[in-house]
Amino acid sequence: MDKKQRQPLDLEEIRRRLSQARGPQYWRSLEEIADSEEFQQILEKEFPRQSSPLGAFLHRRQFLRLMGASLALAGLTSCRPLSQRKIVPQVQQPEEVIPGKPLYYASAFPMGGYARGVLVESHEGRPTKVEGNARHPATPGANGVLSMQSPTQMNPDGTPRHLGATDVFMQASILTLYDPDRSQSPMYQGQLSSWTEFNAALAAEMAKQGAVRGAGLRILTENVTSPTLAALMEELLKKFPQAKWHQYEPVNFDNSREGAKVAFGEPVNTVYRFDRADVILSLDSDFLYSGPASVRYAHDFASRRRVRKDTTSMNRLYVVESTPTVTGSVADHRLPLRPSQVAQFAVALTGALGIPVSAPDLPQEQRRWVNAIVRDLQAHRGRCVVTVGEMHHPAVHALVHAINERLGNVGQTVLYTAPVEARPVNHAGSLAELVQDMTEGKVEALLILGGNPAYNAPADTQFARLLKELTQRNGFTVHLSLYEDETSAVCQWHIPEAHYLESWGDIRAFDGTVSIIQPLIEPLYPSRSAYELVDAMLGRQRNSYDIVRAYWSRRLGNANFTKTWRKVLHDGVVANTALPPRTVKVRTEAVVGAAGNMPRPAEGLELVFAPDPTVWDGRFANNGWLQELPKPLTHLTWDNALLVSPNTAQKLGMRMDTGGLANMVDVVEVRYRGEKLRAPIWIMPGQPDDCVTLSLGYGRTRAGKVGTGIGCNAYALRFSDALWTASGVQVVKAGERYPLAGTQQHHSMQGRKLFHSGTLEEFRKDPEHFVEREIHGELPSMYPDFQWDGQRWAMVIDTSLCIGCNACVTACQAENNIPIVGKEQVASGREMHWMRIDRYYEGGLDNPDTHLQPVTCMHCEKAPCEPVCPVGATVHSHEGLNQMVYNRCVGTRYCSNNCPYKVRRFNFLKYNDPKEPVLQLLNNPDVTVRGRGVMEKCSYCVQRINAARIAAKKLGRELQDGEVMTACQTACPTQAIVFGDMADAGSLVAQLKAQPHHYGLLEEWNTRPRTTYLAKVRNPNPELEGA
Amino acid sequence: MPQVFHRSSNTLARLSIVTGAALLVSSVLIASNLSRSPYVTQVGAPVDQPVPFSHKHHVKELGIDCRYCHSTVEKSAVASVPPTHTCMSCHSQVWTNSPLLEPVRLSYLNGTPIQWNKVYDLPDFVYFDHSIHVNKGIGCNTCHGPIHEMNITYKAQPLSMSWCLDCHRQPEKYIRPKEEVFNYEYKAPANQLELGEKLVKEYNIKKEQLTDCSICHR
Repeated sequence: MDKKQRQPLDLEEIRRRLSQARGPQYWRSLEEIADSEEFQQILEKEFPRQSSPLGAFLHRRQFLRLMGASLALAGLTSCRPLSQRKIVPQVQQPEEVIPGKPLYYASAFPMGGYARGVLVESHEGRPTKVEGNARHPATPGANGVLSMQSPTQMNPDGTPRHLGATDVFMQASILTLYDPDRSQSPMYQGQLSSWTEFNAALAAEMAKQGAVRGAGLRILTENVTSPTLAALMEELLKKFPQAKWHQYEPVNFDNSREGAKVAFGEPVNTVYRFDRADVILSLDSDFLYSGPASVRYAHDFASRRRVRKDTTSMNRLYVVESTPTVTGSVADHRLPLRPSQVAQFAVALTGALGIPVSAPDLPQEQRRWVNAIVRDLQAHRGRCVVTVGEMHHPAVHALVHAINERLGNVGQTVLYTAPVEARPVNHAGSLAELVQDMTEGKVEALLILGGNPAYNAPADTQFARLLKELTQRNGFTVHLSLYEDETSAVCQWHIPEAHYLESWGDIRAFDGTVSIIQPLIEPLYPSRSAYELVDAMLGRQRNSYDIVRAYWSRRLGNANFTKTWRKVLHDGVVANTALPPRTVKVRTEAVVGAAGNMPRPAEGLELVFAPDPTVWDGRFANNGWLQELPKPLTHLTWDNALLVSPNTAQKLGMRMDTGGLANMVDVVEVRYRGEKLRAPIWIMPGQPDDCVTLSLGYGRTRAGKVGTGIGCNAYALRFSDALWTASGVQVVKAGERYPLAGTQQHHSMQGRKLFHSGTLEEFRKDPEHFVEREIHGELPSMYPDFQWDGQRWAMVIDTSLCIGCNACVTACQAENNIPIVGKEQVASGREMHWMRIDRYYEGGLDNPDTHLQPVTCMHCEKAPCEPVCPVGATVHSHEGLNQMVYNRCVGTRYCSNNCPYKVRRFNFLKYNDPKEPVLQLLNNPDVTVRGRGVMEKCSYCVQRINAARIAAKKLGRELQDGEVMTACQTACPTQAIVFGDMADAGSLVAQLKAQPHHYGLLEEWNTRPRTTYLAKVRNPNPELEGA
Repeated sequence: MPQVFHRSSNTLARLSIVTGAALLVSSVLIASNLSRSPYVTQVGAPVDQPVPFSHKHHVKELGIDCRYCHSTVEKSAVASVPPTHTCMSCHSQVWTNSPLLEPVRLSYLNGTPIQWNKVYDLPDFVYFDHSIHVNKGIGCNTCHGPIHEMNITYKAQPLSMSWCLDCHRQPEKYIRPKEEVFNYEYKAPANQLELGEKLVKEYNIKKEQLTDCSICHR
């Protein structure tokens, strides 16, 4: 496709076409509405760019010559003798290890200082897959259990062990463990050094600091909730009383903490009980995706949203937000407002509830919203939640505390506890204090335990420069981290940190529950944990196991400690450590005062900084799974972009082309307080006008082979006093264009109704006609029905519950050895994910409703892919699986061409060819690693089915419902995905198939898909409908 | 115009067509037979091992049960080759000075595993599970042959897909009562097919399903 022929998107034309459409019309993207030639081409061709990647450089004759030569030489490969392979048994077999059977260990995944509980699958000592730990408060259980394959997978009392849900970060954390770019040795001023030298240097420096009571000693950590680490730090500060401990986390909770201080006079931690809430209002809070409790909240939220024939009640979610988020996409009502407007909205809401704030004069439309929401909230006193995003000013947080108190939610749906952090500090303030000391030359030794402040500190702190100067003055600067990154580069010492799956630790969850971080594998490289480093600073040499165990034997008492400890490790949580709810009282005058003193936004555009949905604050920049994961809503991969609304784009004359598989977009220069940053734009339906959003975490300069040099660094525009929103921003065209690899256009289906949705009212009135069907009943078939008395595997996905968090996509990638392909290949439509989450918009360009639909292989009973395969490489199993036989596949790609759902993926190149041996440790041994030239697709996790079937057969019984869970199903926080045997009338999947709002994708084509959907039910407020 | 070719060319031409066809057919035949021959499949060829372990001695002469060493064969996909510790549970008492056992003693002493050579080596896209076979009445020597007679272990069967399918299509030809699975003296009775069909039903084996691709490939 020639790039020159592409046309820019004509937004006026798109708007016109959308306004003309009648009835609910679903659209996937701007390009689809524009209906350009390129878009047609994508629809019609399975592989629009199927020419060779060498195409442009290779002439036909050269190609034939090369082909001839390789054909001739191919014969020679058969002359190679088969290599003799080895069997290497252990010398001493550990008792619990059965070769060929995975073991599961409970641990906790730390992120931003908070725990998410995990059960990690280990094959002969190498961890391969992360599941959630259902006993952990942050990762509540899905409806299935670990297959009963062996006693080691059961609880000690013989009951099955439940699996919990996960998020993308937990799933992808396993890839970081095996990342070949992890640092492997201490470095001194950029040169290889050794642990012995570092230990000597540390001891010398500590002796020197000891003499001055630690006056020049500073320790900078990330957010710390670990009781053990906190105890070590306190001990250190006692030994060096003049030393200071600073904490900095770029994605921190400063505003929440300050807001609580305003409202209650003390910092408290807020815990929501969405499982008790009927009405929820989110003011810029992405509680379903971001934050330490997101998985739990998504689970609880979904528990009130399961609409079935006999349960027709559901909660209602209002979202007022400045950037389209995962939470906004499932809202029943969504209002896009700029951050400053959201704050005013909160003030108006507070006023309407009778709290004496000086209510602002809102525009008509917003006033209507406030009134409707207030009426709804007041009708659900004690059963509603108002929540606010971290990005807002502390005063807004304080207002929301006052609102929740006024609505009687405290103690019901909103609980307050003591802070979870070991030492709650203002992170921006703590860093500023350190910077002040560094500027004044008070710092002689700075130990940075984790984090990457040289990259992610606010621009005004000049942290990287100060740190470099300190190092140049021969200050003792040490950076402990997984990678030798931007901060390591300006430190005297870099020392490798142990991954959480390699070392012991402890950590608290969002509600205070303590978990022990249990390692699964010996450190791959000689490395240390923060615990060991602080212990070494205290002049000891203990390993992290001894440190953590010693602390807990003190805490839990010595009587029966071994037994308690074993239980703690097994369960993954320390019992009764959740923080008890506290009674606190809102100080109304303080809140009202703070609301009056909120700063006014400056003229110009408002800029929102958001943690990136995949690489977060930049810590996952070198994680290929997360880089290639299509970001929720934008579906961009391998880049961040400045999100602009269609109106703003038109106003500023910014263009995005009509798109082929990749989009060429305008690059703009964002100017703020004298800083400049170049960023590509992305026109985002649902983005408020005059408000642009840029995600953090990109523009890394020393991330590793995967993450270096992609995207733009939003931290360059971030200031200590404006961590989340900046007003008075200028955006001007830079005159360049830039390709972005978005996947929304890829694998487009062309058909009639792909998505169905309606309101709860409609469902209650006439559930049978909720879905507008093209066909009624079974279509006739030329062939007799297949007779089988065994299992008939099937899947139902409830689109009302899908929040588009991508946990399923990443879980599938981890379970099935799915490779990443890189930006250029994604731009050619060659990403390999077996699952995709299709996004549909409904309504106008500026604030459409968003709908999400996860699409996997449908395992059609009459599969169109099967008859066209010339070699019988894709055939049906008796249990209804559309099987893909890799060793038969010759790569004609006819199957993919004939698949109406576009779920087949082809290995155009040898993607799964880890040059680094360490990456081979990652692979799931139960799934074939596919080579080049082979087609692949969702297998319904056949390895899990087989394992469970074999286990049941050996026990001489039939499989029970819930014993086979696919990877996507296990991961799903909302349990939107249900898998099971549809022949068993009692199974959950069979019950869902009998629901009135159940439908199959393109069922009018009579493919009889086994994967089917429940139509989306929304619960809009009649008062706000039809505006 | 004079004739270009001599009359004998006709014969030559015919001959070369026939020979060509014969060559083509025979090369296909040779290739297909060769690929099935023990020369390629290595059936019956003893494989050198770091320790010349004799199944004949241990199984037939001493009467040690298969599961004493291959302890996970009933539980897991892999039967597992025993850890050095298992060898030493006897050989710390008997044959303690045998030079043949030097590698075993060294392994135990140094903690370095013994590297055995694989005799039964399936391609990586085949997922064979020992446990389900022995739990459903497939005897050890159905696949492993007269293992109790082998001094140095060799492969007894070609492990080709057609060989696997022979049983997966008609398990009644080979199935035996569960209690006879580890009995290497077991001989199929005269009414094997009749008994086999009874056992297939009794053990709840869904025959049709056994030829589903994903039973072995995934």
